[in-house]
Amino acid sequence: MKAAPFHFHQPATLAELAGLLTSLSNARILAGGQSLVAMLNLRLVTPDHLVDINKIADLATLRQTGGTIEIGAMVRQHTLLHAPLIAQHLPVLVEALGHVGHMQTRSRGTIGGSCCHLDPSAELPAMCALLDAAFTVNGARGRRIVPASDWFAGLMQAALAEDEFLESISITPWSGKHGYGFAEYARRHGDYAIVGAGALLEADGEGTIKRAALVLFGCDTAPQRLPQAEAALVGTRAANIDFAGLAAAARAQEMMSDAQVTAAYRARLAGIMMHRAVKAAQGRLNKERP
Amino acid sequence: MTAMLTLTVNGRDMSAAAPANMHLGDFLRHVLGLTGTHMGCEHGVCGSCTVIVDGQPVRACLMLARQAQGARIETVEGLAQDGRLSPLQAAFRDHHALQCGFCTPGMLMTLTALLRDVPNPGESEIRAAISGNICRCTGYQGIVEAALAVATRNEASTS
Repeated sequence: MKAAPFHFHQPATLAELAGLLTSLSNARILAGGQSLVAMLNLRLVTPDHLVDINKIADLATLRQTGGTIEIGAMVRQHTLLHAPLIAQHLPVLVEALGHVGHMQTRSRGTIGGSCCHLDPSAELPAMCALLDAAFTVNGARGRRIVPASDWFAGLMQAALAEDEFLESISITPWSGKHGYGFAEYARRHGDYAIVGAGALLEADGEGTIKRAALVLFGCDTAPQRLPQAEAALVGTRAANIDFAGLAAAARAQEMMSDAQVTAAYRARLAGIMMHRAVKAAQGRLNKERP
Repeated sequence: MTAMLTLTVNGRDMSAAAPANMHLGDFLRHVLGLTGTHMGCEHGVCGSCTVIVDGQPVRACLMLARQAQGARIETVEGLAQDGRLSPLQAAFRDHHALQCGFCTPGMLMTLTALLRDVPNPGESEIRAAISGNICRCTGYQGIVEAALAVATRNEASTS
């Protein structure tokens, strides 16, 4: 199939983009296009205006400011996968990126596009939830920061108004010796996961866990953090993690059901993926990274 | 909604008009007449339309022609030089890496991009690279063997 006709806009600056979003109706922002162009071709979406943000250099910056990594919305998945800054500070993101689509889609696909499209089983929004990312939103009415806990407004719905756009994502890295783990199950490598999990652990010199973050994705309409299980990990010895308890906590989360995958199967996978993610994080805790 | 585009395709400067809703694959085939790039699913799943844009392998069905303004595009037509197959193309023939040939342009462009970045990839890297390219008749074995043959030759020539 072919895309229905639309008007094409290519702003070069943030101000131009803000102006277009204020003046146009039924407009869609085109980032990497690896989901949106497919949806256009299938006529699942028929915008009157397509606003291509690929020419806005200010959206494609990747930098460290103070203790925070700031990733522009248009930074491509390929760039993140090979950036030393990300490998050093956000290794769990690199591991997740290896599962995002394929080489040919990572060339164009962006972190901002993924985090605005919000497929429930997408890896990058889940990692943003795991890392407590802050989303900088901009528009004609000004800039505001949305914490990850407020970003997921509903199924494939980010906390963005029609006249706003995602400018950048800021992440504060965990300590240099944190443990990290990522696991997902998909029918084929590169497909969207059926269920995936991520885990971060920090411990003191004696091996007592001081900080923990856990996330499941693909289970419900948005990534799910497990605050109770995280709290239960803090204060326990890393060597004595209750994996059975963690798997049970994962299985007990809200699970969706669809034509291919039942809620019961998702729950079963959630337990296994959470176990694998935490096990990997445990193994990397307090280790020097190459 | 139609605009003139200027871009470089296989080293040649080209200029042609493209409607806003035309993807790069249709532009290459129907406007420029370069039918070597094959359109399969047209929603980013099969990989048969893979071309190289500014050095990166991309799906031509998931990029609008208008986004290729000023870009440097490489398609399967640009692989052979002066009537001689590229080493990868020759290896495809030698290792029976194609039957019907529908997926072949996408396979060749993906593996050409990989072999530039990683001249001597192992089997797992090759399989990961073509995980986004679907073949429905040859099977992947011959394709992987062809890429490995080029990789081995590259290693021999650099060591």
